[in-house]
Amino acid sequence: MKHAALTVMALWVLTGCATASDTPQSETVTVFAAASLTDTFTQIADDFEADHPDVSIRLSFAGSSDLATQIVEGAPADVFASADEAQMQNVADAGLTAAAPITFATNVPAIVVPADNPAGIESFADLANPDVATVVCAPQVPCGVAEQIIERVTGVSLSPVSEESSVTDVLGKVTSGQADAGIVYVTDVARAGSPVIGIAIQGADAALTTYPIALLAGAGTTAQKFVDYVAGSQAAAVFADAGFGAP
Amino acid sequence: MTLAPTGLAGSPTAKRRDSNATATSYVPSWLPPIAAVGALLILVPLVAMATRVDWANFGSLVTSDSAVAALALSLRTSLAATVLCVVLGVPMAIVLARVNFPLKTLARTLVLVPLVLPPVVGGLALLYAFGRRGLLGGTLDVLGIDIAFSTTAVVLAQTFVALPFMVLTLESALRARGAGFESVAATLGARRGYAFRHVTWPLMWPALVAGTVLSFARALGEFGATITFAGSLEGVTRTIPLEIYLQREVDPDAAVALSLLLIVIALVIVGLAYRRPVSRSAP
Repeated sequence: MKHAALTVMALWVLTGCATASDTPQSETVTVFAAASLTDTFTQIADDFEADHPDVSIRLSFAGSSDLATQIVEGAPADVFASADEAQMQNVADAGLTAAAPITFATNVPAIVVPADNPAGIESFADLANPDVATVVCAPQVPCGVAEQIIERVTGVSLSPVSEESSVTDVLGKVTSGQADAGIVYVTDVARAGSPVIGIAIQGADAALTTYPIALLAGAGTTAQKFVDYVAGSQAAAVFADAGFGAP
Repeated sequence: MTLAPTGLAGSPTAKRRDSNATATSYVPSWLPPIAAVGALLILVPLVAMATRVDWANFGSLVTSDSAVAALALSLRTSLAATVLCVVLGVPMAIVLARVNFPLKTLARTLVLVPLVLPPVVGGLALLYAFGRRGLLGGTLDVLGIDIAFSTTAVVLAQTFVALPFMVLTLESALRARGAGFESVAATLGARRGYAFRHVTWPLMWPALVAGTVLSFARALGEFGATITFAGSLEGVTRTIPLEIYLQREVDPDAAVALSLLLIVIALVIVGLAYRRPVSRSAP
């Protein structure tokens, strides 16, 4: 019984590996994009493919640092769209960018609370109340750096109950009602929808983050066309709809 | 278990050595190469990681304040989770192996669920059960218990994922052995409690050790359920795996050094538990 199950599993894995290497019937551009770009890039890739029927855009979404690590370790990507300039710099430092990165969008931090706002949060200063369970990103990750900048410019210091590794983890704690408030980006509030509401932070512009995109070494002209498209006006409308700022 | 023909040698020890030697000849020749491929699949990534370790700074990387805090928290929570696994898992295994009750197959399958659940989903399930807005959240709130973002939540997550290892290991050992010794004890007039203490317990000791070690190792490596359910705060909920996940963002060297430390701890524990078993003869 156990052996049969193992054999089936091994066969399934082997056949899975085989089908994964199917030859594409059209030109494929592989795009590594930051997780916060999931919705917008999916939309933009669809639009681009509609304009270029012979091109297939393959999207891979993950945290910017994961993607940068994968690229540096030799992952076959044509385009890298990062949510963080430092990670783009890591890829550039490894000599893997084919052109200078272009900024295509910006984002600012915002407060996110459950839809019923149980702690009655109205401003960033309210989060300093020790009875408010606030969740932020750890200072080691970009969203945590942004949060620390807000603390500095507002002069309000928080004692969070958790310092998460990613915005998604912060958002998860708030949508589930486990936390009273979290610090995420405005686009995350829009993305999370009805379980949460967002509250703007006065002075959030001090923690503005920019999204760079770059063509990677070895990529072709079609990949360059996609980069131009992302930096163009049609894509700009998609980013604006999702709450991103213009570069 | 052994397939070797009996009566090849005189003394019991010599006989055992002979039967081990003979057992080798029953292994088909194509089998060891496949086993070697499997071993490489596990070994190569470990070696690859060891090659990336910044040995010059290894000491300072694994003794930084955050690393020590994470290590201390991990050991504390994993030990607590292991104790819970023993306290809850042993009765579960004995009931599953020895007591007949309706829907037993279903019960056994349910015990397996945490093994197949992606840990993140496990964390969500715990959140829906014990979270502030979970099924039991209101009840816990009334009792004045708030486990949100607490070390208790970490232990709960670790116990959830580790418990099946304890139950499965013990239960399969008990079932493989059957209840023969217990029934003999009963025919000899032993009461239930006496037979349990003097027959069942000594027989399941090796499996209990193995289950305990597996549970501890699983608790130590627990990541997904913890990050989803308990959060991540130094000294409170940020265990070693969470610290590695975070450090990887800024300091991959520290992440690799900590990972190696975790592997060494795991090897030591498993090695200790699986060293040549001391034979404990049953009464």
